[in-house]
Amino acid sequence: MSITKGQIESHGLKLDEYNKIKDLLGRDTNLLELGIFSAMWNEHCSYKSSKIHLKKLPTKNNIVIQGPGENAGVIDIGDDDAIVFKIESHNHPSFIEPYQGAATGVGGILRDVFTMGARPIALMNSIHFGSPNHKKTQHLLSGVVSGIGGYGNSVGIPTVGGETKFNSTYNENILVNAMAIGHVNKNKIFYSKAKGINKPVVYVGSKTGRDGIHGATMASAEFDENSDQKKPTVQVGDPFTEKLLLEACLELMKDNSIISIQDMGAAGLTSSSIEMASKGKLGIELNLDKIPCRENNMSPYEMMLSESQERMLIILDDKKEKEAKKIFDKWDLDFVVIGKTTDTNRLILNFQNKKVADIPISALADEAPLYERKWLKPKITKNKIESKDFKKIKTKEALLKILSSPDHSNKDWITDQYDQVVMCDTVQKSGGDSAVIRIHNKNKAIAVSVDSSANYCKADPKSGGKQIVCENWRNLISVGAKPLAITNCLNFGSPEKPKIMGEFVECVNGIKEACEFLNFPVVSGNVSFYNETNSKSIFPTPVIGGVGVIDNLNKILSMKTKKVGNLILIIGKTFGHLFQSAFLRENFAINDGPPPEINLTNEKNNGLAVLKLIKEKLILSAHDVSSGGILVALAEMSMTSKLGLKIFEPKRVPSSNEYFFAEDQGRYLLEIDKNNLKKIEAILKKNNIFFDIVAEVQNDIFEIEKSFSIKVNDLYNNNNQWYHKFNAIN
Amino acid sequence: MKSSVIVFPGSNCDRDIAVALEKLQFKNSMVWHKETELPKSDLIVVPGGFSYGDYLRSGAIAAKSNILSEVINAGKKGSLILGICNGFQILIECKLLKGALLRNSGLKFISRNIFVKVQSTTNSFFNKYSKNEVLKLNIAHNEGNYFTDKKHLEELENNQLIPIKYCDEKGNINLKNNPNGSINNIAGIFNKDKNILGMMPHPERMVDKILSGEDGLPLFMSLMN
Repeated sequence: MSITKGQIESHGLKLDEYNKIKDLLGRDTNLLELGIFSAMWNEHCSYKSSKIHLKKLPTKNNIVIQGPGENAGVIDIGDDDAIVFKIESHNHPSFIEPYQGAATGVGGILRDVFTMGARPIALMNSIHFGSPNHKKTQHLLSGVVSGIGGYGNSVGIPTVGGETKFNSTYNENILVNAMAIGHVNKNKIFYSKAKGINKPVVYVGSKTGRDGIHGATMASAEFDENSDQKKPTVQVGDPFTEKLLLEACLELMKDNSIISIQDMGAAGLTSSSIEMASKGKLGIELNLDKIPCRENNMSPYEMMLSESQERMLIILDDKKEKEAKKIFDKWDLDFVVIGKTTDTNRLILNFQNKKVADIPISALADEAPLYERKWLKPKITKNKIESKDFKKIKTKEALLKILSSPDHSNKDWITDQYDQVVMCDTVQKSGGDSAVIRIHNKNKAIAVSVDSSANYCKADPKSGGKQIVCENWRNLISVGAKPLAITNCLNFGSPEKPKIMGEFVECVNGIKEACEFLNFPVVSGNVSFYNETNSKSIFPTPVIGGVGVIDNLNKILSMKTKKVGNLILIIGKTFGHLFQSAFLRENFAINDGPPPEINLTNEKNNGLAVLKLIKEKLILSAHDVSSGGILVALAEMSMTSKLGLKIFEPKRVPSSNEYFFAEDQGRYLLEIDKNNLKKIEAILKKNNIFFDIVAEVQNDIFEIEKSFSIKVNDLYNNNNQWYHKFNAIN
Repeated sequence: MKSSVIVFPGSNCDRDIAVALEKLQFKNSMVWHKETELPKSDLIVVPGGFSYGDYLRSGAIAAKSNILSEVINAGKKGSLILGICNGFQILIECKLLKGALLRNSGLKFISRNIFVKVQSTTNSFFNKYSKNEVLKLNIAHNEGNYFTDKKHLEELENNQLIPIKYCDEKGNINLKNNPNGSINNIAGIFNKDKNILGMMPHPERMVDKILSGEDGLPLFMSLMN
């Protein structure tokens, strides 16, 4: 039986790609082998369109223990403590089946972290939905949020924060990016590289079912109106089994019986076995009759391509089989030797006493096509909009409009569905600039923030790419952390379109530039292309997850103002840049113009100066200035503490709206004790840092001199009303 | 004081409660659900989490596990037993406590800090609090909506068997401050002899100033008395 053109296409392969496969094998494939190639060569697993560009990113420095290429990245935070983290997308499945799509996204990223020997200590997410008025949004939002919560709550890992945004660009392609963070002793990290011949290959965890077959191929194609029919390709999660698998793996990892371990994620058994063999430059031989199956009569094709969840592949020290099995028996999980490592450098699959597949490992892992896709440099709009209209709207009215908008409104109604404090180390939950998680039993903590700025990236991909890295860096600093490294999830449309590819390349270039300048390496990540429906692509949406360290728990800061009479300083210059701002979007529906400029030198100097002040214990609370500008940031500080602010009239910028709502970058708001002002001024002047006094903390009333005043409680109510209205209408 | 924390597959607040107990100098042992004997202990804790994935019904499968028959025996003999969250659900399923925990009235999982008002201090669990004291505790559950029949409710109310009720920051007990629809704002109940307590809020999450507070500490101190 030879392979037909239709079969090749339905496996998401191009004809010339299949011809390359034939050349590599010296023959036609059978259907099983075609399935295996399609699973390994699809965009999701092979990074064939992105690899050339991702190579440009900085991935090393003195704190990086493991960069991209493993299950997750690992960084050193001192005292033998290491942090393992990664972000990953589950966009396509979540649109088709929001609860399971989001839940298994969380499950997959947790496995990536505990596969490396780390106990997961926190989960974060970045979720993007279409317009709140779109007919699918309510259903997708509620499904995704309960899926994220349903999985993380049950496994018992706190979901400590993230971001939820709305834009019609995501109407038919939502984004669900989940990040997991784990802690491990840096001398006890486990990797996926196989070593040694004739070592048992062990299958542990859940049984294999028919769910998720070709999930990775589905995630490598765009959607059309028949996307609902793809439901069977979405996996079903079982957080209970995940919890058992987590505990069993960590128990087994206490001694040295594991040679290598790999989670069965995208493309399941296929990619996990091939990756382990490929990294170890070995062969692998599996007996498919041994695979624990959930259903009867499963074919080799189904077993190899199933994406059933909560499964792992382990290459074990052959003398430790018995002890290892005992642990998995204790946790009532399957533990089956399904094959062995070989020196043939081939993947050989046997089923019912017949060899059903025989492929050189390198053909699958190393020979996947690499594309230097054509790309067009994005056009950056420079047009100026008449700015006189901006002065017409009253500052108070504009502020309330932003605070009550979907993107800026309080998200407690989401985060209340996540257990944020299980494990009892969550020092700061969502709602602040970064989440802060204590290292168990130690006097130190890590800070984590997840950020994206799709509007900026759409307007200027390169500048936008830089901006998110900078914002992430600021968010970490604002809670007192020294920023260390990032993971990224790059969500884009079809790479086969030069315009989209241009957005991708430029975003990556921007991320690269900022990461290099800030010594903020990328240690793990994921690319999600083909986020488009009927040829309409989403805005370029890179998401950055950053981790920083706080070396003493008493240095942790929040945005909550502390005491009446204290002053609020702004660090960094305000030029009045309103294009791409929340102010123009929410009040005038204007989406034109360039995003704010990024000055990396200022960004770095300002950040380091703030860290210095924090170290000297001169800062009482801090908040980064981002979407919405100074006034929104000040309002957020007030709403957190319920203390008011008396804000001084701006001096330097043409209009007060430009001053208060501009989204110029590199700025922080800092609360200080009046008595320390001189000392702080001296430090800032010495370091050539621009600063100004913007407000004074007072009781109850939030006001701008000679402009308006409002009760903090009313601000709070405005900030809290959107969801209730949204729910009432839908 | 010796304590035992029961660990089921799917328990996930077992470490948290152990940390809290050890902080207060309890000599604690973790007891795996497949065990058939309990170590000698002054306090048995059935912790929070999702035992057996909460499949079938929260707490239903755990209630049938090996160790539970020992817990039931100990409870009947007067041992102190504390069931928190999923532990409360398990104590109900194994009939050490009466009533039912229904799905939250809002039909969503709720996790947030709430307030409860101490109703009674003449028992082993709350004697270090004062009556009407308002505590900030954390809840995290999907099925915490306590319900029972009229007769049992009267029994609970009349015999000081409801030690804590949901309230607001100032101590007002009303529907608005009831997070899950629980009858009479009940956050926890005793059995008749007050040696068995089931509560939805997590006291072990409030024993550390740097997290969100220490209002849970006196509960464990009460048990030391």
